[in-house]
Amino acid sequence: MSALRITWRKSLNFVMLTLTGVAAFAVVSVLFLILGYLIWNGGASLSWKFFTQLPKPVGETGGGMANAIVGSLKLLFLAAVMGLPVGLLAGVYLAEFGGKTFSFIVRYTTDLLNGVPSIVIGIFAYSLAVLPVKHFSALAGGVALGIMVIPITVRSTEEFLRAVPGNMREAAMALGASRWKTIATVVLPAASGGILTGMLLALARVAGETAPLLFTAFGNRFWSQGWGQPIASLPVMIYTYAVAPYDDWHRQAWAAGLVLLGLVLLSNLGARFILARSKVV
Amino acid sequence: MSAAATTLAHEVPPQAGPRAFLHRLRQGDQIAHLLTLTFAAVILLLTSMLVYELWINSHLSRTQFGWAFFWTKVWDPNFDNFGAAPFIYGTLVTSAVALLLAVPLGLASAIFLSELAPRKVSDSISFLIDLLAAVPSVIYGLLGIFIVVPLMRTTLGPLLINTVGNVPYIGVLFRGPNYGVGFLTAGIVLAIMVVPFIISVSREVLLTVPREQREAAMALGATRWESTWQVVVPWARTGIMGSVFLALARALGETMAVTMVIGNAAAIKASLLAPGDTIASTIANQFTEATGDLYLSSLIELGLVLFLITFILNGLARILIVATERGGGRPA
Amino acid sequence: MKKALLVVWLMTLSMAVAAPRATAQGGAVKLNAAGATFPTPIYTKWFDVYHTAHPNIEINYQSIGSGGGIRQLQSGTVDFGASDGPMSDEQLAQSKFKILHFPTVLGAVVPTYNIAGITGELNFTQKALAGIYLGTITKWNDPEIAKANPGVNLPAADIVVVHRSDGSGTSYIWTDFLSKVSDDWKTKVGKANTSVNWPVGLGGKGNEGVTGLVKQTPNAIGYIELIYAVQNSIPYGKVQNAAGKFVKADLASVTAAAAADAKNIPDDFRVSITNAPGPTVYPISSFTWLLIPAQIQDAAKRDAIKDFLKWMVTDGQKFNEGLTYAQLPKEVIARETKAISLIQ
Repeated sequence: MSALRITWRKSLNFVMLTLTGVAAFAVVSVLFLILGYLIWNGGASLSWKFFTQLPKPVGETGGGMANAIVGSLKLLFLAAVMGLPVGLLAGVYLAEFGGKTFSFIVRYTTDLLNGVPSIVIGIFAYSLAVLPVKHFSALAGGVALGIMVIPITVRSTEEFLRAVPGNMREAAMALGASRWKTIATVVLPAASGGILTGMLLALARVAGETAPLLFTAFGNRFWSQGWGQPIASLPVMIYTYAVAPYDDWHRQAWAAGLVLLGLVLLSNLGARFILARSKVV
Repeated sequence: MSAAATTLAHEVPPQAGPRAFLHRLRQGDQIAHLLTLTFAAVILLLTSMLVYELWINSHLSRTQFGWAFFWTKVWDPNFDNFGAAPFIYGTLVTSAVALLLAVPLGLASAIFLSELAPRKVSDSISFLIDLLAAVPSVIYGLLGIFIVVPLMRTTLGPLLINTVGNVPYIGVLFRGPNYGVGFLTAGIVLAIMVVPFIISVSREVLLTVPREQREAAMALGATRWESTWQVVVPWARTGIMGSVFLALARALGETMAVTMVIGNAAAIKASLLAPGDTIASTIANQFTEATGDLYLSSLIELGLVLFLITFILNGLARILIVATERGGGRPA
Repeated sequence: MKKALLVVWLMTLSMAVAAPRATAQGGAVKLNAAGATFPTPIYTKWFDVYHTAHPNIEINYQSIGSGGGIRQLQSGTVDFGASDGPMSDEQLAQSKFKILHFPTVLGAVVPTYNIAGITGELNFTQKALAGIYLGTITKWNDPEIAKANPGVNLPAADIVVVHRSDGSGTSYIWTDFLSKVSDDWKTKVGKANTSVNWPVGLGGKGNEGVTGLVKQTPNAIGYIELIYAVQNSIPYGKVQNAAGKFVKADLASVTAAAAADAKNIPDDFRVSITNAPGPTVYPISSFTWLLIPAQIQDAAKRDAIKDFLKWMVTDGQKFNEGLTYAQLPKEVIARETKAISLIQ
């Protein structure tokens, strides 16, 4: 009886542990097969033209996505300019000045904003930046992405500022530095690696956002000058090209997917690299 | 709020004028405080404006349909009759499918990575999985269209119809016709998207479980599996729940990947192989082309519903964290 | 090190920002337009050719669907719209400014399908099409389909119905036809509309999306503009017309539809030519329109739009047939030229 039970427990142990291994192997291999497929297909479709030419009229083969690549970078620039300062300073507030109740509200709202689905942010940016001026624009797309950048930056900034040891602050204060001087010259530099990482991750996340751009940045078959024009972006192009029937467009969608993935993963790796280097603090 | 009020009260200078201003500037602290406070307030302002815009712009639809909006099954722009039921159903079903697939697989993988795999292997795999969590959703949509949809259509769909489809009761979930796109396909793509989140967070939480816990269980004669399943996992359960909430929130609000593979049909069907629509995919498809004010207003009310769902989820996640902290377990 | 990385990032970004500035031309007129996907191939061709001839004028056309064209024009987010379904009287009454319709090309909506082993043309009765889209005909070997296709080995497979997920003029033309030929359709689904509460099927975004879905899905049927079927070399069927004949969509049969109804075209050009009388007529034909505000404040934009319209009804028409769209009837061009001068 007891021997039987032990055998049972041992075999259960073996079976379940094997199953976890199988699950891990299955998940990891599926994920990487998928990525490999993207890299394989995208790599085969990439060409110099893809980076230098404008899209061709519908149904004609050839052309590239030069305008969408530049468009995505422009939108990221706008998102960075609008979102990062707000996120940074609000993060400083939470870590350094915040009281109890107000900070709780800000933190809660930030988490809430972080969780708002991107399509809803799109509606908000549409009513905020498209309807009043009556046209789609790069600026409106930047507003949508900028809003999404804020919550991630706030929380990472706060986290890394809090991680700065208290004795560094105390030392600076003891030398007679005022509070803000301590923050600006001691605390912020000490946490800068982490904060920068957070910022890069925030930008990397919004770089691939499609939904909020559908009705803010819209799309453009040409170059978009200035900030007031509709603008093309890689994610939106991938979406339009992927659902279309043309084989050539599918190839370009794969190529665009690879470029976008490269952009996002490189920023991620860059961010991790910065963090690893600055761990010494 | 009271804290904000008192800080602001301190800000009021005893006397106005350029001298007082200069004095304050030299001090700097209060300015820095005020400046950062302003930016923190911007976040509150933005979020309240978001709610306000959704609320105001959905006015027409709210007054026209009232609460019936939630259970009306028709979405008919031709007769100006709108109900959110098919989309709420689609959102819940695809998220449920995603979690049913992703949680067991993700948790098992996390257990393997934290308990069994050598630390070096575990770390490098986790690093790659973290990178996967950053892959944009439109890319998952692209892969969904060209890998998952054909697979569903040619292999998985027929297989399910011919096997599980004949089982009583649950068989209705897997009846044809098989389109390739549909609830199940969307659920699978969502599962692929959220599984990295679950693995990454759960593994981290499992690793924080003290070594002694495992050793104590093993010393009492438990097998490796028993110590893991009966001691380590319960210890980490709130953190694991946290990862599930995170995954759920992402699945509910996901737009592009779902829009590309769900089939876009406003219908409630028992079969998981049938095409459907989610709240987010409907907004993505129809927002720029809604003719008529009531149509647009109904779409914005859909946005409001989606916002409320995330609001509630966020609240639940908070309560979970507070409960953990009170309960003395490890905070996630 | 970390600073260097940030600097590299910012520099890349600012280069991206500066690059297009360098190519900017003085006095460029940029027009934004959006709407129908049905004429997108010819429109993007026109706008490209026109841009080459007039380098200072760029017309950015986004094919978001006819419903979108109307909506965005009404809310003023584009300079002009495009639609395959004329705006309804209510829609015109609702807009804050006067909107003119300008027919651009004639096109046909064709039933396209993907059935293994069938590459030829199937014949579709009016009843069959209505039944398929109402969900009352669900198998490919249904008698209603089989009797019109003697000798064709139709499979006993389920029909996968594909329709549009966005507000669409192609849907307008399709449902305009179905509501004319089927009373069931008219009572259950309603009159012609860009957005439809579909009884069955799955949705694809744009003509592109529907074509993509049909191409990928065995046993699917969809309705698309002729050019999308031709460009993707997928089969499309003949449709039974008002005279009871099965007619294939081509330039001649579409032109015949316009000719049959030419005398009925009202002054505002809003006319439906589906199910037109005559034995050679393809029954699911339609004009497609540009929607232009009657008054345009910006003089440069106004001149550009008027000039483009003049070019479109003359030189532009030459490109139609290469993309399987029929040219506008002479009579319509003459009347349209007059209407162009009314834009202020």
